[in-house]
Amino acid sequence: MTTTIEAHGLVKRYGAVEALRGLDLEVPEGTVLALLGPNGAGKTTAVRILTTLLRPDEGTATVAGADVLREPEEVRRRIGLSGQSAAVDENLTGAENLEMIGRLYGFRRRRAVDRARELLDGFDLSDAGNRPAKTYSGGMRRRLDLACALVATPRVVVLDEPTTGLDPRSRLQMWDVIAGLVRTGTTVLLTTQYLEEADRLADDIVVIDHGRAIAHGTADALKAQVGGERVELVVADAADREAARAALAAVAGGDEVHDGATERSLSVAVQDGARSLRRVLDRLETDGVRVLDVGLRRPTLDDVFLTLTGRTAEDADASGPPPGGGADEERDLVPARPDAAGEVAR
Amino acid sequence: MTTLTRTLTDTQVVAKRNLLKIVRVPEILVAVLISPIMFVLLFAYVFGGAIDPGDGTSYREFLIPGIFAQTVVFGATFTGAGIAEDMQKGIIDRFRSLPMSQSAVLAGRTLSDVVYNVLSLLIMALTGLLVGWRVRGSLLDAAAAFGLLLVFAYAVSWIMALVGVLVPSVEVINNASFIVIMPLTFVSNAFVPLDSFPPALRVFVEWNPVSTLTQACRELFGNTNPAAPVSDAWSMQNPALYTLICVVVILVVFAPLAIARYRRTSR
Ligand SMILES: Nc1ncnc2c1ncn2[C@@H]1O[C@H](COP(=O)(O)OP(=O)(O)O)[C@@H](O)[C@H]1O
Ligand SMILES: [Mg+2]
Repeated sequence: MTTTIEAHGLVKRYGAVEALRGLDLEVPEGTVLALLGPNGAGKTTAVRILTTLLRPDEGTATVAGADVLREPEEVRRRIGLSGQSAAVDENLTGAENLEMIGRLYGFRRRRAVDRARELLDGFDLSDAGNRPAKTYSGGMRRRLDLACALVATPRVVVLDEPTTGLDPRSRLQMWDVIAGLVRTGTTVLLTTQYLEEADRLADDIVVIDHGRAIAHGTADALKAQVGGERVELVVADAADREAARAALAAVAGGDEVHDGATERSLSVAVQDGARSLRRVLDRLETDGVRVLDVGLRRPTLDDVFLTLTGRTAEDADASGPPPGGGADEERDLVPARPDAAGEVAR
Repeated sequence: MTTLTRTLTDTQVVAKRNLLKIVRVPEILVAVLISPIMFVLLFAYVFGGAIDPGDGTSYREFLIPGIFAQTVVFGATFTGAGIAEDMQKGIIDRFRSLPMSQSAVLAGRTLSDVVYNVLSLLIMALTGLLVGWRVRGSLLDAAAAFGLLLVFAYAVSWIMALVGVLVPSVEVINNASFIVIMPLTFVSNAFVPLDSFPPALRVFVEWNPVSTLTQACRELFGNTNPAAPVSDAWSMQNPALYTLICVVVILVVFAPLAIARYRRTSR
């Protein structure tokens, strides 16, 4: 398999802050890599280097066969970028934005207009196409920005936090759009703070913290490591705690039941979330245990960080190097896709 | 496509984008065009009367070309502010990630601002005609005067383009441009005759391109005033030529500097 995005030893310093501390990335052609990490991890810095907007202090990168440092023009011809903040001109209409981009790619006017219409239709923006972008909702703006990135039908698309700040409906819509892109064989690098998003869209996930990869593997491998979904419950009466613990243990299949934040809350990792949840509730009903709150929780970036580094993502957010050096080695997770295993191991 | 046609097309695309903003936010245009009217009326009535050594009408005529010059030079602030605004916004990352000509963002801005200057000159000329300004030379000469005003304004807008890339803050640009442009326009012959300056400033006034631009316009419009004798300095004796030389020098120095700086920003 050819590698479409390849980066070695990327280092970027802003004064005393080391935004990237030797980041390596490899994205095989036609696959999706998610760069998963909390705020300040270095995601945007990596994206800006790979899209020629920023020069690294050290390291090399090639994108779609062109060297980011020596052939930036060539890289720009082959990629589409949708940055963290929507880069659309809000005084122009959706159509005008897209036409402008088309013209700047060197399209003739006719072709730019046609392509704009095509993209507006494809992104559910045709009704809003003749309205200035400043009248768009956040989700529409974001979709328009992604459409701008796709004007020249690039083989490689880079998306920096494509759904951050979107409402749940817009997020789902965005996921559909990105999934559609992936089906056409486009190579995608996306960054996100949401494990769920990475799981949903990516073949491979690199977890990044303080400018370094701290884990690399498939979404399944990562989830296996973190422990998948959890049933969490809060009992009404602290006296029922042990009964609730027994109910949880019964569905957990051997996994340890964790104490929650208060003396009335408990949680456990489960395999088949919805079914386990029902079984727990049935059992508690039979046992006459009153439950205040119960739910199924998917693992989040926080759980990933807790598992990998012993810290939550929030702690990681605070600047300064990680304590103890526990995060200094990148971990290769048990790969669920054997074909990817050999390539990613270093 | 050759690099040159590419640059021209991209420049034109960016300029069109800038002009569309006027269509969408017409308030900008109102603000930009009202200040020239104010300048003409204020200077013509307030200062025109106060400074007037004798014949009121002719002194007002003498002032108007200076007001034209001052206004188009001030107009360059608009270029700097526009670029500063772009540099702060996400759109600049979009432009920089495209395989477009790297000079087009600045060239497009300076080009679209020519349109502003054409409009503001038009409005000022009309206002001027209303308060008694007249073109006393040939129409061809008058056209040459407007042309000279436009090319000089274009050159100055490249200076402000550099400032806009260096200081990406609209507020700072507006203040900074006053610091630079005020002395240029006021320490010139635009509003007061040369002999009213102390000798130490006189050389500056004589070689200040705003002075020569004003002088060239006065000659071309036929608005010279015998009460304000022209200096013997070469620049003032050949004001149009000297102004054009300044235009070329400014462009050759500042356009490449601004573009180089733009390329390097955040890289
Ligand atoms: N222009 C800059 N100047 C100084 N520090 C910066 C700059 N850009 C990013 N940083 C710092 O670099 C680190 C990584 O930032 P970034 O790549 O934006 O992270 P992320 O996108 O993962 O949130 C952060 O600590 C951030 O504060
Ligand atoms: Mg970011």
